[in-house]
Amino acid sequence: MIDYDSLLSDKVRQMKPSGIRKFFDLAQTMDNVISLGVGEPDFQTPWVVRNAAIHTLETRRMIYSANSGLIELRREIADYLNRRYQLSYQPDSEIIVTVGGSEAIDIAIRALINPGDEVLIVEPCFVCYAPIVELTGGVAVPIRTTPEDCFKLTPQALRSHITDKTKLLILPYPNNPTGAVMTREELEGIAEVLRETNILILSDEIYSELTYGKKHCSIAALPGMHERTILVNGFSKAYAMTGWRLGYLCAPAPITKQAVKIHQYAIMCSPTLSQHAAVQALRSCDKEVKTMVDEYNVRRRLLVERFNRMGLTCFTPEGAFYVFPSIQSTGMTSEAFCEALLEEERVAVVPGNAFGESGEGFIRVSYAYSLKHLLTALERIERFIRNRKAAAK
Amino acid sequence: MNALLHLLKQNARLSNETLAMMLDTTPDAVAEQIAQLERDGVIKGYSLILNDEIVNKDRVSAFIELKVTPKRDCGFEDLAKTVMMYDEVESVSLMSGAYDLAVTVTGDSLKDIALFVAQRLSTIDGVLSTATHFVLKRYKEMGIFVAEDAVDERSMVSP
Repeated sequence: MIDYDSLLSDKVRQMKPSGIRKFFDLAQTMDNVISLGVGEPDFQTPWVVRNAAIHTLETRRMIYSANSGLIELRREIADYLNRRYQLSYQPDSEIIVTVGGSEAIDIAIRALINPGDEVLIVEPCFVCYAPIVELTGGVAVPIRTTPEDCFKLTPQALRSHITDKTKLLILPYPNNPTGAVMTREELEGIAEVLRETNILILSDEIYSELTYGKKHCSIAALPGMHERTILVNGFSKAYAMTGWRLGYLCAPAPITKQAVKIHQYAIMCSPTLSQHAAVQALRSCDKEVKTMVDEYNVRRRLLVERFNRMGLTCFTPEGAFYVFPSIQSTGMTSEAFCEALLEEERVAVVPGNAFGESGEGFIRVSYAYSLKHLLTALERIERFIRNRKAAAK
Repeated sequence: MNALLHLLKQNARLSNETLAMMLDTTPDAVAEQIAQLERDGVIKGYSLILNDEIVNKDRVSAFIELKVTPKRDCGFEDLAKTVMMYDEVESVSLMSGAYDLAVTVTGDSLKDIALFVAQRLSTIDGVLSTATHFVLKRYKEMGIFVAEDAVDERSMVSP
């Protein structure tokens, strides 16, 4: 018998499986489950984008593109970032088209981190940052955010976590799972702290199109920040293109020059078909994006209000498609709450602690679902809370 | 279309309270807006989308193309009005293209509809010809899937 444990990479064996996975397995074993657990849009990819892909299949050979991506697409990305967020990136040297935002995060971290480097990670957050940092030998240092601060990073919290080993700050706004956004003024406070240092920023802006009321601002647009920011964005959330696996990384040329080597050896190039389709998404889907945002907004208001009325205090999110209500009034842990809700009412939501320890006491509820679906789920959650309260008396 | 109408079109039975939450206003304001839309004739009524496979299994529907001669002075108006007065007729629209009026009719049997077309519609003064198409199966009506529910292919939980 081979002792695999002695053969496998120690670092990989030590990686914790995603907290979401465990929950997924449990939900799979049950019937009649209705889920509010997904992190992907319920909309279909806009027709013009699908049509562009069909046309590409009919008329072109499916061959590798340049490692960094089709130059045509990189030009569109540069135009788009300029038009929407007043950012300026050179298509030929500062943009790499990646396999989703996930790969962009991976190659950015691997290009920067030496063993022992500290990486500040604003939590609660998407699940992939710390495992990748640890795989490179870096040290993941969480910075907790709280509903009192509207889940925003404050300059004080940032400053108190900086040491002489700090290399990188991961700034995930609009935030998954909390839905928090940071305004230009708030980002300015962060930028001010960083300008005195050598710390770089990995700004994960994958939800940048999905904001409600306020337009997204990128920290890279602030004075002096372009040179120290690695911007990650992609097509999955804004254009309902999760399965197309397409994102991008933008950074000063000395950084992309190193990161593209990892991309080149590990990936070669992002799927050419998706790249051709994405050109069309950037060129002609502003209206489709707006329609989706309006629809999400209606659902967002409904969920926030209903959770607050149930007694699950809910911070008002201004971005992404999640609400993050507190379940502390029930006296249960996040996982116990989610398991009981699944057992008793067959509703799947994600425990907040899957997104870092500071997510304990919260649940993540996605509103990337039809209104009909959401209303049914809300009814079940309401009944669950009512039954709990009755049992407590 | 305003946001309230957009929501009501998806589901006219949403309560004023739910609508108010979604539109960031009060239930009273929603009630007043709806009343105003009704008074203004913007909202003409509320109906029901039934799965006929279950409740009206034997019910038959047909889509009828009508070619007619427009009348001096009033064009197609008079004819359309005559046609729409029949209870059997569910909808009447004036069309561009190869025919003039599109009429949908429901009845208890194929024979009922055939007789209705032969004896009532085709005999109206000004009707030149009719072409009757029977509905075999409905998939979607007024934006709602009626044959089967939409399937969510996404996995139950994802980051």
